[in-house]
Amino acid sequence: MNAALDLITRVRGVRGAMLVAGDDGLVVAEQLMEGIKGSAVAALAASLAGRLRRAMEAAGVGASVFWHLQADQGTLLVVPAPSGILVVAVAEPDVNVGLVRLELLRAAETVG
Amino acid sequence: MTARAVQSWTLTPLMDFVREASARLVLLMTPAGQVLAQSGFSRAVDVMSASALGAAIVASTTELAKQLHQPPFAALNHQGHHHGIFLSTFALERGTVVVLAVYDLDVSSLGLVQLFYEQLAADLKAASPKGGVPKQVLAADFERELSESLNTLFGR
Repeated sequence: MNAALDLITRVRGVRGAMLVAGDDGLVVAEQLMEGIKGSAVAALAASLAGRLRRAMEAAGVGASVFWHLQADQGTLLVVPAPSGILVVAVAEPDVNVGLVRLELLRAAETVG
Repeated sequence: MTARAVQSWTLTPLMDFVREASARLVLLMTPAGQVLAQSGFSRAVDVMSASALGAAIVASTTELAKQLHQPPFAALNHQGHHHGIFLSTFALERGTVVVLAVYDLDVSSLGLVQLFYEQLAADLKAASPKGGVPKQVLAADFERELSESLNTLFGR
């Protein structure tokens, strides 16, 4: 699990990466820079993932494979793995989103 | 969602917690089962049952920890198919407060409840009146105290 997170955090502009239990919003594994509150990010990501899943089911567009939340001072990128684990990256606003997404998808494959 | 408090200083932190954690039912009480505030309950009998059961769980897990020569358990979570139950205690100058929260798994999660529980504990510590120890409820007065609390909680 840590190897999967390593690949994400090596991308320039990524401040941290986490594996989060999608059902309960708890941290499974994390590699975060100082100052990032992992439990808060995990709870937020799981809460958003649950609401998003229901909204997308209602809209009839299937399950999400990647989502990107852009804020003033940072960005949150998430890939849900088939097991229900969320692979999460916290990054700078100007991070290379394509590269982070690639590493998140790889990590999700590893996690299963 | 209706929230009512016997101790008025608990009301704002309780309402913030309910809103932010999307909790369905919340009970603030003492380890003896005296209710300080509630949110989401519609019947007095449910508050009485939940407070008695919550206090009993805290008492039994505290005793279990003693038997294991451990400090008391920080929190207990039970996750069912549709709901989760979170039970935890923290210390105030006035004594220990027990928090019992029931949340729908569709709209909340253990992570959210834990996150905002920390905020609730901090807010209650800040709002708690300083100095003066609350009066102890004697067994002889317990029924009257309970009736008065329930009357306050349900606006009778």
